[in-house]
Amino acid sequence: MNDTEKTYRFEDQRDTIYKVNPEHPETATLPLQRTEELLLNMGPQHPSTHGVLKVILELEGERLVKSTPVLGYLHRGVEKLAEDGTYHQFIPHTDRLDYVCAMYNNFAYCRAVEKLMNITVPERAEYLRTIVAEVQRIIGHQFWLGTQALDIGAMTVFFYTFRDREILLDWFDELCGARLTTSWYRIGGVERDLTPSLIAKLRAFLDYFPPKIDEYQVFLEKNRIWLARTKGVAVISAEDALSFGLSGPTLRGSGVDYDMRKHNGGYAAYPNCDFNVPVGKNGDTYDRYWIRVMELYESVKIVKQCLDQMQDGPIMANVPSVTLPPKDRVFTNLDSMIQQFKLFSQGFDAPPGEIYCGTEAHKGELGFYIVSTGGGKPYRMKIRSPSFIHMGAFDHMSRGYMIADAVTIFGTYDIVMGECDR
Amino acid sequence: MHPLAERIKREFPDGFVDAVEWRGDLAVTVRPAALHAVAMFLRHDPEIDCDYMVHVSSVDWPDDEERFEVVWEVASIRKRHRIRLKTRVPESDCLVDSLTDVWHGANFMEREVYDMMGIRFRNHPDLRRILMPDDYTEGYPLRKDFPLQGKGWRDTFEFLNEKA
Repeated sequence: MNDTEKTYRFEDQRDTIYKVNPEHPETATLPLQRTEELLLNMGPQHPSTHGVLKVILELEGERLVKSTPVLGYLHRGVEKLAEDGTYHQFIPHTDRLDYVCAMYNNFAYCRAVEKLMNITVPERAEYLRTIVAEVQRIIGHQFWLGTQALDIGAMTVFFYTFRDREILLDWFDELCGARLTTSWYRIGGVERDLTPSLIAKLRAFLDYFPPKIDEYQVFLEKNRIWLARTKGVAVISAEDALSFGLSGPTLRGSGVDYDMRKHNGGYAAYPNCDFNVPVGKNGDTYDRYWIRVMELYESVKIVKQCLDQMQDGPIMANVPSVTLPPKDRVFTNLDSMIQQFKLFSQGFDAPPGEIYCGTEAHKGELGFYIVSTGGGKPYRMKIRSPSFIHMGAFDHMSRGYMIADAVTIFGTYDIVMGECDR
Repeated sequence: MHPLAERIKREFPDGFVDAVEWRGDLAVTVRPAALHAVAMFLRHDPEIDCDYMVHVSSVDWPDDEERFEVVWEVASIRKRHRIRLKTRVPESDCLVDSLTDVWHGANFMEREVYDMMGIRFRNHPDLRRILMPDDYTEGYPLRKDFPLQGKGWRDTFEFLNEKA
């Protein structure tokens, strides 16, 4: 060791050696100037992580150098559970994936099983499914907008969006008896029809709601803090977004016009509806916010058109070996009761094969990959959950931004950990 | 045969195993040795142009000689098609090439496959458990020989022992 150059060894994990300038020996006693990356654990119990999520942030000053998400705190083994139940029995499990938007999970799952069983759903059921799915999309985006604004510090928006969300949750309550864990979709159709009272309430809401969307925007669009915290934050290019498998508004924010409701002919009643798919330009948090707000208007348009176009008809496909009998017949007719009992205890015989069916949920592409070897239970079921895949891009999207932006980046995915960890 | 499958067969006559088209989904099985080259071909060929990573999954077939099946589903947003790329590996050597360098999204999804099924990926940048705890040593939950109720993890919680 050189005498003129004192070296000090700090006993930390990185075993760093700091040199002291011999002309200023006083700094040797005050070793304050040292540069190293700081590791910071954010979570698992953090109010802005939308569930239990830990992220290990490597910091240089206040800048994020690298971030490592630690997932799995909400892992319940849903894919393993699916292998032990019949296809019908799995529907309530899908409610618990993304517990904020249960209807869309039901929808995505039922669509996947219908593809496996090659069932065509009656037209009225398709319209009902589209209406409820779009109502669920409105709820999801309201929830996202309220919590994202709350994370950034704009508290007022939260109260406004949750006030309107309550109306729709009460509407769900009247529709199926539950506000969040709905289980209203069935393989081959839906559980029950809309009553005149429900239709009247929904129409009243559709008239009430669009001015309220303008109101949400008034709070945010000219709010300097909101703009500073969202514009130019978490930018991702279209190519990277595709390569990471991002979907939904997170992908469209980067300028990729990809929406499964329009892509490849669409599904359910979407091909009969006239609506736009908003697409962003810059791929930043603000564009993703703008897309979600515009989708609120589009959802209102879709629901209105569906209500106008919908004709009377059956709400469940008539495939007795697969679909459930009407509930009123189950209690009065012996055959229907036996059918119901057999379908729930043994399930139906699925053909051997494998399918993947993706559905445009409000977070992104929610897909089910089902492998069947025949029999009443799926051999393997894989859930492609958008939240999990979006978390894969978190490190890429957060590099170089400030600590406080980490919060807005979780938010911009519209992440729900129940779906992420499954 | 589907034109895309035919194309892959023509380019990789040794690596191609079979192609199945069912319910509108195209699934192409290739040998593990050719997997990475096929993936690069799907990604960079201007006619196929699969730029979108949909999901990575795995299936366990305990009775087969090549026990594990690894599934990558990729899509092309511009050309509007999807391909399911599959490969089979035996239990004694369950190691396949990682496709993280072809599609970034494969990183997390392959980690999940490793965590749940115990299939290792060659050249993966960060192959660790992702959903189960880091120190979990009781196996891989989605294998068919793993019991539904788990292997004793519940018993490690003291309050459960007290009740029993």
